[in-house]
Amino acid sequence: MQSAALPTAESDARFIQLVRLADDHLILGHRLSEWCGHAPMLEEDLAMPNIALDLLGQARALYSHAGIIENKDRDEDALAYRRLEREYTNLLMCERPNGDFAHTMLRQLFFSVFMKHYWLSGESSSDPVVAALASKAQKESDYHVRHCAQWVIRLGDGTDESAARLAKALQALTPYLHELFESDSVTQTNGDVGFLPEPSTMQTRWRADIDTIFDLAKLCLPSVENLLTQGKSGGRQGLHSESMGFLLAELQFLQRTYPNMQW
Amino acid sequence: MSTHTIKKNACVVSMAETQHRQRAWEIAAAVPDPEIPSLTIEDLGILRRIEITSNGVVVAHISPTYSACPAVMAIEEAVEQALTAAGYRTEIKRVISPAWTTDWITDMGRKKLKDYGIAPPDKASPSARALFSDPVVACPRCDSTRTEKVSEFGSTACKAHYKCEACNEPFDYFKCL
Ligand SMILES: [Zn+2]
Repeated sequence: MQSAALPTAESDARFIQLVRLADDHLILGHRLSEWCGHAPMLEEDLAMPNIALDLLGQARALYSHAGIIENKDRDEDALAYRRLEREYTNLLMCERPNGDFAHTMLRQLFFSVFMKHYWLSGESSSDPVVAALASKAQKESDYHVRHCAQWVIRLGDGTDESAARLAKALQALTPYLHELFESDSVTQTNGDVGFLPEPSTMQTRWRADIDTIFDLAKLCLPSVENLLTQGKSGGRQGLHSESMGFLLAELQFLQRTYPNMQW
Repeated sequence: MSTHTIKKNACVVSMAETQHRQRAWEIAAAVPDPEIPSLTIEDLGILRRIEITSNGVVVAHISPTYSACPAVMAIEEAVEQALTAAGYRTEIKRVISPAWTTDWITDMGRKKLKDYGIAPPDKASPSARALFSDPVVACPRCDSTRTEKVSEFGSTACKAHYKCEACNEPFDYFKCL
């Protein structure tokens, strides 16, 4: 409805970026939910599915709004469950298998710090629906940051074993950081019209928070330049790693088996 | 003459409308929260307003607490049922802007939370927070502030888990958002 007045390219850019964000949240939320029943302690068995639930809630709002902008009669379920692998445009980091607890927590920290700043900026979006969901999601992301930061510090400044595992997780995740800040014509269009901030503008704030936490965790990030100019890419074009197929097989099972099934 | 009649009718209609809106509010406001049944949705501050459309439909505006609050659908259904049972044609409108905050929990709501054994949230929502600043949380049983956070996540999405050092009781804290 709202999109009717917009030039096609502009409403396309809005749709594309909302779906990217929604896919990040859906896929990472799915990964986190895999921990349910397997966490190292009861509190974490509650924490990770709780964070996953927040991410799914954010994904729902993003998909719904994307569907309205697209104006092709696709609702949140159609977008979340009934697309092909190449149509998912999440960050590659989000689809990585969970690995151990250190890997999961560090990935979540990287993502949540980014989202916290992204939603803070998003609160002044020109689109009131985006602004509203940003103001809610911003508080939720902040809570996730606190939780993950405490674990990263505890693990990094903990035993030799925990520190070694965290260092290994950092090495495994570093190549995926670059993609968080990637710009292209879609993000530029949306940045120009004030719909959503350019991801690249989050670098300084993201880095500052991560540095503070890493100091306490006795970890060291590679230099910013390397981090942000090179790394894996392709998620935004729907080019996924092998694990994405397995993830979708589980995520889409119900809708593929009983198409259009309703809750 | 005709103007007078219309005015009079409009007045009658609007009086009835105010009364209906008040009655519909009271019915909707009494719906309990499914996760903390001693609190109503009015106590929680999620019932925003009642609107009556020109064709007489009662529209209840409800704000979800969290993006993924699993209770929101149950609440919407309960409000719809309560209003329908009272004879209203009903519609539920989910309002996400402005976003709900724990500041909207009423004083009555805070008291009920405490009586129920849940520490109510800090009154002022945190703004640009320091990374690890924790609120001072008083034990809902003995009011001691010698409390310790056990887990950021508790039995439902809206609660954290605490322990009182003074009386040794574990308790839930309603997260401040
Ligand atoms: Zn106590």
